[in-house]
Amino acid sequence: MKRITGYLRWLVSTALIVGLVPLGGAIASAADAPAQGGSATLNASGATFPQSYYEEVIGAFKQKDPNVTVNYAGGGSGKGRQDFADQVTDFGASDAPYNATDAAGVKGGTFFYFPTVAAPITVSYNLKNVKKLQLSPDTIAKIFQGEIKTWDDAAIKADNKGVKLPSTAITVAHRADGSGTTENFTKFLAAAAPSVWTLGSGSTVSWPSDTQAGQGNQGVGQIVKSTDGAIGYVDFSDAKALKLQFARIKNADGKYVAPTVKATTAAVGKAQVKDDLTYDPLNASGASAYPISAPTWLLVYQSQSDAAKASALKKFLNFIYGDGQKLAPEVDYAPLPKSLLDKAKAQVKQVGGSSGSTSSSTPST
Amino acid sequence: MATDAPALPNKLSKGPRQLGIVTDWGFRILALAAGLMVFVILALIAIYTTREALPWFREEGLGIFTDNWDPAHNDFGALGLIYGTMLVAGLAVLFSLPISIGIALFITDVAPQRFRRPFVYTVDLLAAIPSVVYGLWALLVLAEPLASLYESLSDATASIPILNTVFANPSASGKSFMTAGIIVAIMITPIITSITREVFATVPASQKEAALALGATRWEMIRGAVFPHSRSGMVAGTMIGLGRAMGETIAIALVIGASQRVSANILGPGDTLASVIANQFGEASGTHRAALIGCGVVLFAITIVISMGARALVTRADRRSAGA
Repeated sequence: MKRITGYLRWLVSTALIVGLVPLGGAIASAADAPAQGGSATLNASGATFPQSYYEEVIGAFKQKDPNVTVNYAGGGSGKGRQDFADQVTDFGASDAPYNATDAAGVKGGTFFYFPTVAAPITVSYNLKNVKKLQLSPDTIAKIFQGEIKTWDDAAIKADNKGVKLPSTAITVAHRADGSGTTENFTKFLAAAAPSVWTLGSGSTVSWPSDTQAGQGNQGVGQIVKSTDGAIGYVDFSDAKALKLQFARIKNADGKYVAPTVKATTAAVGKAQVKDDLTYDPLNASGASAYPISAPTWLLVYQSQSDAAKASALKKFLNFIYGDGQKLAPEVDYAPLPKSLLDKAKAQVKQVGGSSGSTSSSTPST
Repeated sequence: MATDAPALPNKLSKGPRQLGIVTDWGFRILALAAGLMVFVILALIAIYTTREALPWFREEGLGIFTDNWDPAHNDFGALGLIYGTMLVAGLAVLFSLPISIGIALFITDVAPQRFRRPFVYTVDLLAAIPSVVYGLWALLVLAEPLASLYESLSDATASIPILNTVFANPSASGKSFMTAGIIVAIMITPIITSITREVFATVPASQKEAALALGATRWEMIRGAVFPHSRSGMVAGTMIGLGRAMGETIAIALVIGASQRVSANILGPGDTLASVIANQFGEASGTHRAALIGCGVVLFAITIVISMGARALVTRADRRSAGA
């Protein structure tokens, strides 16, 4: 049996190595193509929430400027921030700014946040005979915490006067994977229903165990679509693609607003924009603002060592703030309001400047 | 190796000796380097992951073994994940072992000679399917019928004491420990099968024939001649399967339902050390990221303990079967 033992030893160690290599080497290698005569390759990774928008923009940009290739790898906001901090990518993408500890680990010096688009997160539901559903933040918090079990609960009835609600049991659907969508949705609940919501906010929260988890926005959408009485938070473009029904959400002004591109731009317009162009459009005021509107940013270093890359990067940013904004509604993302757009355009001019210049962006917390 | 090697045949002894010595040494060094590589890679992985996970160990201390995984509140107790890993791997081996041994016996002792090869190929083919394919199949095809099966299983056992906790609340989408266990069982079946099959094939034909000659039925022959001879090999195969089951990631991540808690309810959602890494790593930062890498370290440690345990078991089984 010696042979078997040896075999076992070999197999176990191989299994270990194969299993753990992805962990150790979770750093995507960004192959830098040599930049000659105006051609350049920009590699980026990060947020998946705006990924379909970026893919659209990158495609359109490629037609306009065939010399520049932009590779957007997705992978999640956390990965985007990590890769950008480690200078693995040429720019990063994230649904949330760095926190103070992580900002200290950014290796390439001063960097900018470039807001690109925003998008509503829908609260989608599956109830055959209820065409119009209105929900207040407190009610949503109670539903997702498992305190409200059926659709004919008094709290839901109070939000929907005169609507006949069935006694179907509620099935809550949420993300199985860590997600910026979860982070923004739970941040909204923490801000709008502070006295009810206890699960906290973050890319993963500790959901009650009788809830259902789906992989990605599509996974959650699929559960909502296939389960009678289900409710879940799904990004706008996936929810529309799956033809889900959305609830109208009560905003800070007490109005029930449906998720639309316009209502999201309205929410962004009302948000307080900081000097580094970070802002929080969740639970924004304004009668027409959709309260669960999520922001997203590109991360770009101020000092650029490669002139060809720097000019390509600026061209790409200017494209996003030009034609890119018009593309946004076509793929169900909300363009930025003019005030923010002007600030972002002004910030593009600072990219590639010497790092000793007076203007600098302080990482927000 | 043979110490009293016979004299080399003429052709070999006449070759250019000089070259022989060089190639011999070259081969030796290459083989040594390849052998050492295993240790170097293992050590590097262990060092890197442990270093990256340090903030977690420092912050939580022994708290890493509590049942409280809540990134939103900065709590990272991994007991629920360790439990999930063990439970899924245990279920997988439980389901897979009888089937694997059955297939192996069928191939070595029951099937007609000319059908044996095709069977071996088919079983080995199962091992070549990528795990994400198993996962997607389980998610899109298997989960729904299983969900209704769980529902009736839960209803049927509602009044039986222990079973009504184990089968308490079936998950509506079918994502559960059980579904993960079933899919992993399918994935480790070819591994356990091919090892046990090779072991069964080493049973001397004379012993089997002796048993049959004494009037044993085929089953009695298998029980009396094949099993005692193969005990340690079966243990080894099971342990390799168990190791594979514990490391399985994507297929589990897709069907287990992502609930990081210790729960006796095996029809409900759970999570494992490997699948939580796959699910949460992309969005993790700070302590959360350290904790996920730490989960890799914990899994590493558990796998080492299991493989050492397996070796001990194999030696013990060896001794016993040698005495038999």
